Amino acid sequence: MPQFKKQLFIIFICLGIAGCATVPSGFLKPSDDYLAKRQLQMRQYATTNEEQILASVAGVLQDLGFTLADSETKLGLVSASKKADATNNSQVLAAILLGGLGNNPDYVQQCDKSQVIKAAVIVKPGLDAKKIVVRVTFQRIVWNMAGQVNRVETINDPLMYQKFYDSLSKAIFLEAQQI
Amino acid sequence: MNKIKSCSAIIVVLFLIAALSGCATTAADALKANESQVQLRSIQTRAFDTTDKKKMMQTVISTMQDLDFVIDKADFTLGSVTGSKFLGQDTVVMTVTVRPRGEKQLLVRANAQYGVSSVEDPGTYQDFFTALEKSIFLTAQQVD
Repeated sequence: MPQFKKQLFIIFICLGIAGCATVPSGFLKPSDDYLAKRQLQMRQYATTNEEQILASVAGVLQDLGFTLADSETKLGLVSASKKADATNNSQVLAAILLGGLGNNPDYVQQCDKSQVIKAAVIVKPGLDAKKIVVRVTFQRIVWNMAGQVNRVETINDPLMYQKFYDSLSKAIFLEAQQI
Repeated sequence: MNKIKSCSAIIVVLFLIAALSGCATTAADALKANESQVQLRSIQTRAFDTTDKKKMMQTVISTMQDLDFVIDKADFTLGSVTGSKFLGQDTVVMTVTVRPRGEKQLLVRANAQYGVSSVEDPGTYQDFFTALEKSIFLTAQQVD
């Protein structure tokens, strides 16, 4: 019994000391693969016309269905966001089956329903001043059918970046041709 | 023996109260910081020997992007950059301001929030400034 009391005592001391402070540390340290991420997120263009690239970036974001949220042309920044459907049929099917097995019809509510994708693009002069460097980063927030946030994440899918830069190359060409 | 028992019971109750009241907030707490104002500034601020505000701000942005932040807002006149990143189920929001200090220096200040709590750990900010230093060095050395 005294043993139990002692344990309880220690637990409460810990609670009292820890309080609400649960801020993790070390989250402002670059991860080991940050150079690889740069490769993924950055492209160089052989031009010095920053404005033209910036206009093409805004155009390409519109092409991809984004609406612009904020921009600061002096810094070459454009940020944008887009709402999209996040329904995954196989996930819904699995949830219906599992929910049926567990006699929990509400389980399907946990499935992804919609998402907001945020993008930030920065256009700046390259190191040799003859090139323009473009860097884009994506993030998404996924809501489930019950309207709760299911997931938040940084998008690191190479395909997404590939698609963006393919469209950007096209847009720069179209812009140059005044289309 | 009985005395010890009742004494320890009182202590347990006291800690229970302390633990439960730990999270209670009032409106006045909204402007509260744990560190003193001077201390907080010294933790969050660094000076750099450059006057190129634009380049410094763009380096700040690329450093934040290296750290997985997505930039939400930036203002060149004010010298501010705000971005957010996800850490588990919570969001880290960080604002970095760049402003001139005297004729030859720029002052860079970062302040971050994790969920509903302010980040006041000196080590966390040191990590950011180390990364920023490295980015500036990379730019200067043309490695990037």
